[in-house]
Order: sequence, then structure tokens, then C-alpha cells
Amino acid sequence: MEFFHKVTRFPFMNTRKVWYGLSAVLIVGSFVLLAVRHLNLGVDFTGGVVIETNFSQAPNIESLRDALAKAGVADARVQAFGSSRDILVRLPPDPTVRGELIGAHVEEIFAKIDSGVKLLRTEVVGPQVGQELFERGAWALVATLVLILIYVLFRFTPKLALGAIFAVLHDPICVLGFFSLTQMSFDLTAISAILAVIGYSLNDTVIVFDRIRERARSARRLTVAQVIDESINQTLSRTLMTKLVTLLVVVALLIFGGETLHGFSAALVIGIIAGTYSSIYISSALALDLGLRTDDLLERKATKPEEIDGLP
Amino acid sequence: MISYPRWKIVLVAIMLVIGILLALPNVFGEQDALQLARDRAPMGESDRTALLQLLKDKGIATSGAFLDQGRLTLRFSSKQDQLKARDVIGEAHHDDFTIALTQASKVPEWMRNLGLGPVKLGLDLRGGVYLVYQVDINGAVKQLLDHYEQDFRASLRNAHVTYQDVQVDYAQNRVRVLFRDADAFAKGKAAITADSRNLTFNDTTVEGAPALDFMLTPQQIRDRQTYAVQQNITILRNRLNSPELAVSEPQVAQEGVDRIAIQLPGLQNSAEVKKILGKTATLEFRMVDESDNPLEAVATGRVPIGSKLYYTRDKQPVLLKREVVVTGDQLTDASFQPNTQDGAAVSVSLDSRGAAKMLRNTQENIGHRMAVVFIDRSREKNAQGIDVDKTTEEVINQATIRGVFSNNFEITGVNPIEGRELALLLRAGGLAAPLTPIEERAIGPSLGQDNINKGVDAMVFGTLAAFIFMAIYYKVFGLIADLTLAANVIMLTALLSLVGAALTLPGIAAVVLTVGMAVDANILIYERIREELRNGVSPRAAITAGFDRAFSAIADSNVTALIAGVVLWSFGSGAIRGFAVVLVLGIATSMFTALMGTRSLVQIVYGGRRKVERLSI
Repeated sequence: MEFFHKVTRFPFMNTRKVWYGLSAVLIVGSFVLLAVRHLNLGVDFTGGVVIETNFSQAPNIESLRDALAKAGVADARVQAFGSSRDILVRLPPDPTVRGELIGAHVEEIFAKIDSGVKLLRTEVVGPQVGQELFERGAWALVATLVLILIYVLFRFTPKLALGAIFAVLHDPICVLGFFSLTQMSFDLTAISAILAVIGYSLNDTVIVFDRIRERARSARRLTVAQVIDESINQTLSRTLMTKLVTLLVVVALLIFGGETLHGFSAALVIGIIAGTYSSIYISSALALDLGLRTDDLLERKATKPEEIDGLP
Repeated sequence: MISYPRWKIVLVAIMLVIGILLALPNVFGEQDALQLARDRAPMGESDRTALLQLLKDKGIATSGAFLDQGRLTLRFSSKQDQLKARDVIGEAHHDDFTIALTQASKVPEWMRNLGLGPVKLGLDLRGGVYLVYQVDINGAVKQLLDHYEQDFRASLRNAHVTYQDVQVDYAQNRVRVLFRDADAFAKGKAAITADSRNLTFNDTTVEGAPALDFMLTPQQIRDRQTYAVQQNITILRNRLNSPELAVSEPQVAQEGVDRIAIQLPGLQNSAEVKKILGKTATLEFRMVDESDNPLEAVATGRVPIGSKLYYTRDKQPVLLKREVVVTGDQLTDASFQPNTQDGAAVSVSLDSRGAAKMLRNTQENIGHRMAVVFIDRSREKNAQGIDVDKTTEEVINQATIRGVFSNNFEITGVNPIEGRELALLLRAGGLAAPLTPIEERAIGPSLGQDNINKGVDAMVFGTLAAFIFMAIYYKVFGLIADLTLAANVIMLTALLSLVGAALTLPGIAAVVLTVGMAVDANILIYERIREELRNGVSPRAAITAGFDRAFSAIADSNVTALIAGVVLWSFGSGAIRGFAVVLVLGIATSMFTALMGTRSLVQIVYGGRRKVERLSI
């Protein structure tokens, strides 16, 4: 079986204004969403208490809220998650309420309503820890981007590198926009998914760039735009096939991985789709508009020895 | 003929065999087990034989017993046997051991002896409690300054020197002794420096009067802070290893500069542990006021000057001198000694400052009684369910000083049960700096199992989807990719078992992601081969070109993923690290299997033929 028996001839470069426009909409839209709706930050970042309980039969959420309020547990957010028997209680960070025994306390209160209630999970994160985790997450993002920029600069010409970095930046912004739009809880695992997406989304860009370099050497009579178009079309099958298989696997994670991995898998799905889009439509086009010329690509030939030495 | 060096194929085969061997312990599953540990001494071979004999006599069958890191694990084929065995051992060896209910792998003895074991599961999969405590390191420095203040006052008092005041300035890390005139200053300085020889002092004048300054150096402050964290780690470890808690494999580690992270896997009743860990108990050794009658003090409500009224654990009143001899943070160790010449005893060790004070005190007070006061600041829920701090002070022991001693001494005249508890309380009582819990994650065992099931489901279905897709889309080459993918998962499991990194739920997600990304390399190679074939290249040359030319793209893409993985590893904590570890290891194994493994299999399938007409790709 083969989906791409013939090499496609899509005019990516001539139509690039359209794709820029689409990207602009996505990015501006994401920023607007982030500004207006913000992120629904998880307990990892806000600090506070999350308690997961499992009831023997679906409880009335309103009565649970009342029971908590009566017992002096204030400002509790009670909601069902997954099934109607799984109840999640979220409490704001409050320095006067010590988290140490809060899980058992809530379980006690709920046990009066349903004796079969089980405490599944308690998370108590102090407000300063939340702030710190948020900062660390942000630093991790910045550090990854900088390191990857350095690597790409070292590996390709500056113009290609800038195109690649922009394409890479594009993806986490889309993921953040998605989280803002859906108001899915944004937690530590979502950050790790974004980092994985950054590392992974560069793959296709690198593959296209590799091909561009290779083609520039062998087909010198073509213009840069033609070389880029050809390269993207020639690598289109592998770009799409690799992403398709990865998506298959990640979708399995989304379906079967359960509530805990929901945000993580969703971030991966969106990130991979955005990453594929940006490496096909944006990264090389940007390099072209940054003034990429055939000389930029050939220059490297003299300095770069053949890579296929020492192959397995 | 397509050529590929034979040694590379052999290497792949060897690596695969090693991988299978290392991954093998994971297929045996787990059984209910008991984990036994002795307070402060490792379990030995003799314990194993004795306990196995005991269980055999009682008719309880064990299905395995092994020693690991001083702990003895006994496996049972049923939950009933496990519980029965716990009761039997608990009865026969009343609080000799910590007995924890746990799960243990059914890995055969010979494999265990080779050091092979299954992948460790993280807390989110096993269930358990993760706690992070903040150590108040500045509080520890303040405490030190307070000590010096008391020391200086004591020196001046003992030398009968009149002084104006001893002031502590926490912001400056300074203790200042104020004198009225030069004469008092000279005498006072002599008295203080004689008692605290290793400290340096500065002479100064405050409002015309002479004063003596002592200032902590930055190095002393750092040392004190490090000591506070280290001391707290030791104390928490001791508390967790106490028989009353029964936690299997507790882990206590420093995190950052001033935090302590605790992992208690498999723990079901977390409230008990948190109560004990959250205790900020301290100790004081004080002399007993033997000249006044405590009952009279209670009756009249008048406590003699210089004394303070306390109660013992059985609510008897005691009068103790106001002056503290030694405080708990000067205590470095305490252990129960069941068999000394004088019967059961608790052996206590003090640090040098405590030792000097104890020496002076015992020289002056032979034949008098000394008491240990346990001060417990615990948190309890009030009627509204809000936690409030509560301080209780209790006299836990009174003993007559029989000789002069300093840094090591024994408290005798205790019965075995009392003595064990006293040792525990003494050890628990020395927190060098207050601890505040700042992060807590508790996962119930049922959720852990649920997480495992979901993770495994996702892995199975994800991998299956990739397998089927590859086989349909690339035919024989697809099957080759499937084989290398399976090898990849095996080698990843092997590496995880080998490095002992805990597998978390995000870690399982990383395995799934690795499967998806490992196929990428195969697709890159295969698409290149197809492209070469389309260009009319011979199958033989297409294979060579496919592998050669795809290499740089594969390497590049893996390097970027590796960067992300390493950053995640260094910034993340807990579950995120679990993700990063698997991601990084997965990149390594998938590079190996996709490049060398696939190439070797292609060689085995197509290499032997004299002429390859067409490729099944």
C-alpha cells in the first residue's frame, strides 16, 4: 500500500501568503484567548488542594457542597470527573488550613453521605511551591527553545535556523491557545507534553531542511523557491506518515490513558498537528522571506564534510 | 549480495539477548508479601532461617524469602497467609521488627542473585504518599544565636560577673553583651572566652559603655543551615523506620537547598505518618527540684521560684528546675539497649556543646535526679475541623545521676517497652529546625492499579495500531519494523530495570510516545528506499542509499528530542522526571534498534540472496 505513489507538486511557496495568514490567525487567536480567558491552571501551579473520591453510587453534588460548607471547609469546588461516581474537590490555597489531614477530613464528611466512599488521591500544593513550579516550567520552555536554536544554528545556515525556530515557537503557542479555549486543566504534565512537542516538531523541519540542502547541491539551475517546493513535496510522504503513526499512538493514549493523562495527550495531539503544519507551510517559507539564497546552502558544502562516514 | 558487516549483526543479537535477560524479571508478576526491618540493624541470614522455621511450625507456607538492603521480604501465595504471618511474627517477636504489608515480585532466586529485578513503579502506580517539607533554615540560625545568648549568660552568672544585658540581633546574626564598666568587661570577657574557646569576639563600645560582640561568620551560618537540613533528614529517616509506622522502603532525600522530599510507597494510612512526621517535638533535660513538694505546689497553686511544674505521662506532678541542662537539638543519637549490665537501658549521644554542659552538670549533681521533658507541638483539629497548633509538655523519664558523664551516657531503669519508646521519642525529639509541609500527594492503591491498567491499555492499543499500520503499509519491511519495535520496547524495559528509575504514569506515556517516534526512523528509511526505487535504482542500491541518506535526518531529529528530554529532566521533579527518563532512554534504544536492528534484519531477509528482484516495501 502506498498513499504517495507519485511525488506531489503542491506550490507551497507561491501560496505561502495564505499559510502565513492562517498561522497569524492561529497565533493572534491564541494570544487573544490567553489574554481573555487565561489558562485554567491546575493545582500544580496555583497551589491548593485537590481531592479525588469515589462513591459507591452517584451522589448529589449540591448536597456534598453543603456538607463541606457545614463542616467548615470553605470555598470548595465540587465536580464530577470521568464518571458521575468520581467526585473531585478543589480547595483554594489557604495558609490557615493545613493540608496534612484535609484528605481524611473530607473523606470523613463524605462518609456520612455514602459509607462506601473511597479516597483516591489527595494533592496539596503550597502556594509558593505552585509559583515555583510555574516558574520552573517557564524556564524549562525557554531553555529548550534556546538550546534548540543553538543546535539548529550550528547545524544549518542562520536563515534556515530562524525559520525553524519560528515554526517551533508556533506550536506551543497553538497548544496554549487550545488549553485556553477548552479550559482544560493546565498542569505539569501539560508542560512536559509541550516540551516533547517542541523537541518532536522540529523533526519534520529538519527533514525538509536536510532535503533542501541536498537538492540545492544537486540541482543548481533551480531557484531557491523551486528547490524548497521540490524538497517539501519530496519529503511530504514521510512527514505525513511519521506524524500519522505517532498520532495513532497518541490518540490511543488520549482514549485509554484515563483522566490523569488527558491534558497530556491532548497537548500532544494538538502539538503534533500544529508542528506538522508549521514545518510544511511555515519554516521554509520564512527562511525564503528572510532572503535565503542558493549560496547560503552551498556555502555549507565546503565546510561540512560528508555525513555518511561511519554509518552503521 | 547486499553487504553488511557480520559483527554488527552479532552485536545486535548480543544486545537483544542481554535486553531480554534484563527485561525478563518483569514478567513474573507480584505477590502479597511482608517486609521486615529491624530498628537500626540489618536483618541477616539467621533471621531468615528463624522466621521461616517459625512460620513452618505454625503451618503457614511461604513462597519465597529474600534479603535486600538489610530488609527481609517474605512472599505468600494468598492475602490470608500474609495477614496470618504478620500476626504470628508480631506475637512471637513483639516489636523486634518493623513489619510492613507490601507486594513483592515473584522473580526467581537465581535472577535476584544476579541483581536482576523488575522495573520499580512510581508512587502514582503503586499508590503511596509523597511529601515535601520546607526546613526553616533561618529559624535554625536564630536557634543557634539563642543558644549562644544562654551560654554567655550562664558563663557570666557562674563567674559572678555583673553585666547589663545580653542582646541578640537576628538581622545582624550577632549576640552583644553589654557591661557597665571596663572592670566588669574584662572579667566578663575572660569568663565567656574561657567557656567558648573556639569563638571569636570583638570589643566594642555602645553609648560609652564597653560591650562584647559575637557575630556568626557567613561560613558558620551556612554550616548551621546545612546541618539543620541534614539533621532533619536523619531525624525523619529515624522516625520513618520506627516499628510503629511500618512503611516499606521509605525514601527521604534533600531537594534543593532547604527542602526534604519523602516518598512512602504503598502506604495506605497516610494520616498516621503525617501526624508523626509533622510533629515538631523537642526535648529538654532538666534537673529535678528535690527540695520542694510538687503535690503541695499543685494544692496551693504556688510554684517555687526557680522551678516549673510539669506532669509525667501518668499525670503525676513533678517540679523541675527552670534552667535547661541540654536541649534536644544537641542530642545526636539515642538507641535502645535491651541487655546491659544494669538491665534494659537507653543509650544517648550528645554533640560537643551538649557534652560540655552535661559534664559540668553531672560533676555538680551526682546523686540527684535529672528529668527528660518531651515538648510536642502537634497539630490537631478543633471542633470546627480547623487545624490548630497545640503544645504539650511531659516528663517522660526521671533518673538519678550515678556518675560523671558527657557525650555518651545511658538511661537505666527502664522496662523494655518503655525503653524502646523512650529511644524513639528521644530520636524524634531533635528536629534542628521547624518543618512545614508544602507539598503533599497521596495516591490510593486502587487509583494506582487503575493507572497501571489504563497505562497498559494505552500502550497495548497504541503499539498494536502502529504494528498493524506498518505491516499493511510496508509489508515485509513493515514486519521488520514491527520486530525492531518489539525489540525497542524490550530494551527500554531492560534499561529501566537496570538503572532502577521509577516508572510513573507519565513514564508509561513516554513509552507510548517512544513507540510512535521509534517508527519514525523506520518510515524515514523506508520512504527513502521507495524514493530511490522510484528513481530506478536497483533494490540493492536502494537499501544502502535508504539507510545511508536517512541517517542524518534521523540523527538530527533525535538530537532535538534529546535536548527537550534533558531539559525536562533537569527542571522537572517527581512524575515529570519519570517522563523525561523514559523519553531519553527511549531515544537511545530506538536509535539503536531502528538503525542497526532494522539493517540487520533486512540483511538477514535479503542479504543472502544472490539477486534481489524486487523489495516487499
